Amino acid sequence: MKKNWPILVVDDEDVMCESMAAWLREDGYSVETAQNGQRALELARASDYAICFVDLKMPGGMDGIETMMEIHRIRPDASIIIITAYATVDTAIQAMKEGAQEYIVKPCNPQEISMLVSRILKLKKLQSENAILRKKLTRQYRHHDIITKNPRMEEILGLTQEVASLRSTVLIRGESGTGKELVARAVHFSGSRADKPFIAVSCAALTETLLESELFGYEKGAFTGAAAQSKGKFELANGGTIFLDEIGDISPKLQADLLRVLQERRFYRVGGTQEVEVEVRVIAATNKDLADEVQQGKFREDLYYRLNVIEIHLPPLRERREDIPLLAEHFVQRISSELGKDVNGISGAALKLLIAHDWPGNVRELENVIERAIVTCHNGQLDEQDFSWLSNAGRQAHEWEVPDVSLGELERRAIVAALERKHGNVKEASTALGIDRSTLYDKLKRYEITH
Amino acid sequence: MNELCLVSVGHLPPQALDWIENAMAEWFPLPIRRLPALDIPDTAYDAKRKQYQSVEIMKMLAQSVPRDAARILGVTDVDLAIPMLSFLFGQAQFEGPVAVVSLCRLHQEFYGLPAQESLLRERTVKEVLHELGHTFGLVHCSEPTCAMSLATHIELVDAKAEQYCARCGLRLVQKFSQEGKV
Repeated sequence: MKKNWPILVVDDEDVMCESMAAWLREDGYSVETAQNGQRALELARASDYAICFVDLKMPGGMDGIETMMEIHRIRPDASIIIITAYATVDTAIQAMKEGAQEYIVKPCNPQEISMLVSRILKLKKLQSENAILRKKLTRQYRHHDIITKNPRMEEILGLTQEVASLRSTVLIRGESGTGKELVARAVHFSGSRADKPFIAVSCAALTETLLESELFGYEKGAFTGAAAQSKGKFELANGGTIFLDEIGDISPKLQADLLRVLQERRFYRVGGTQEVEVEVRVIAATNKDLADEVQQGKFREDLYYRLNVIEIHLPPLRERREDIPLLAEHFVQRISSELGKDVNGISGAALKLLIAHDWPGNVRELENVIERAIVTCHNGQLDEQDFSWLSNAGRQAHEWEVPDVSLGELERRAIVAALERKHGNVKEASTALGIDRSTLYDKLKRYEITH
Repeated sequence: MNELCLVSVGHLPPQALDWIENAMAEWFPLPIRRLPALDIPDTAYDAKRKQYQSVEIMKMLAQSVPRDAARILGVTDVDLAIPMLSFLFGQAQFEGPVAVVSLCRLHQEFYGLPAQESLLRERTVKEVLHELGHTFGLVHCSEPTCAMSLATHIELVDAKAEQYCARCGLRLVQKFSQEGKV
């Protein structure tokens, strides 16, 4: 294990190099030695040392500081420990300024050096774990869980890649459970901000005042209980992306504050007098029709246009039924392994049932349904009976009695119902009814429907 | 053939070599040979630090290893150090033939306390097992009671047992069988 963290000792005195190397080897490290800066650089080019002990004073050629700077150029991640026989404040400051991680005076206590090495390596292990997890996350959000062969979704995925490296605001619309956050993460992790924070905030979950301090942070004493200054989500997301979910639910005051941040990239913490500047990409999401909210005066028009620079509209699952088998198989594999259950697939009959269901809760509902089925499943394959509770619910939703009215009346009722569902939005109602807008206007006139 | 050589470097407390030989016989399946005592080399003394550079003593031991010896352990009563560290309880060539142990800081008197021979014997055995373990390829062990755990002060020496933990003991046996010694 420790061999994965090679160490280099650089000192012009052979005794110093060899005795130090021998002591570290007893601890299991793989150690190499160099008696001058040039040799140290040759070795650093060949091996990725975790730690380099470098003597400050090396007569002739490069001194310790020069050697350290050159090693840093070749291996920016190497931790350099400067060793000196004479401690002076000036040299210590210079060494640390030039990038030394530590500065030690020889001879030092064995415990001191042992603790120093293990502390540096602990940090390195955490850093490498962090890098691995970040890579995993990036991979996960770039490819996984957004599974589709639906042309509209494929178009959307193409768009997420195209806009990933821009700073433009993105507005993601779609019903609840369609995967708005997943798409937001895909945009973030596909672009140049991937190694910076992605901060998600659910605007609907908090009251106005709580959301304000959550987004912008607060100063000490800004309100009762504000015992210390706290950074808000905008500051935490600096350099990265903030994802504002359920943006349609924020209050008029917050709409105004948000508009200012979007326009000026600056804000005040709650109770603060100093402006905070941030460089953040905003991705907002809503399941509401914001254009309609604007018309009704519930959402600021200027904010709507600021948010709606790039619009992504996620189709509900019932409009991409071809994805249901793919998603179902994916969830079976993932959830059964997470739950430690030996379930390998879904029968054809069960798939038919899933495809026929309307999924008002969209992909999230499908995921939950699969999880419930896996929990109660006793075979290696999910069968129709594992979804019997779902099929009953589905049938109930589908079974309706055709009223004893004319075809025209039936059409009139369907139009009224569609307009009601879409809050009077003719464009959306026409899409839902499968007719174009002008045809709907004709029918509205014909049936004397006011909207 | 394949002997463990034991040698005093300078003056030692009486019976110290007997304690060490008994411990070596218990843990290492090799014949033990005591070599004639060696003097501390003049070059080892660091007047500025009033200590002895262990590297110089190890160099001398390396030159004294009989051709058919597997390992040589030098035991001294002087205070050892290396340029980087303020002191050492002992030092070994990792997977090499030479090791040295200093009893200087194992004496209670070093810490201003009354002499205690039984404690000196225990500490000596622990450090001998530790340094010889390194010569057979054992690295520091995370188990604090194992002889191979790293002791950077005397309390940590006292926390160890006079034996290897099961894992290090097993590794030692594997090493002997690889070298064809058991």
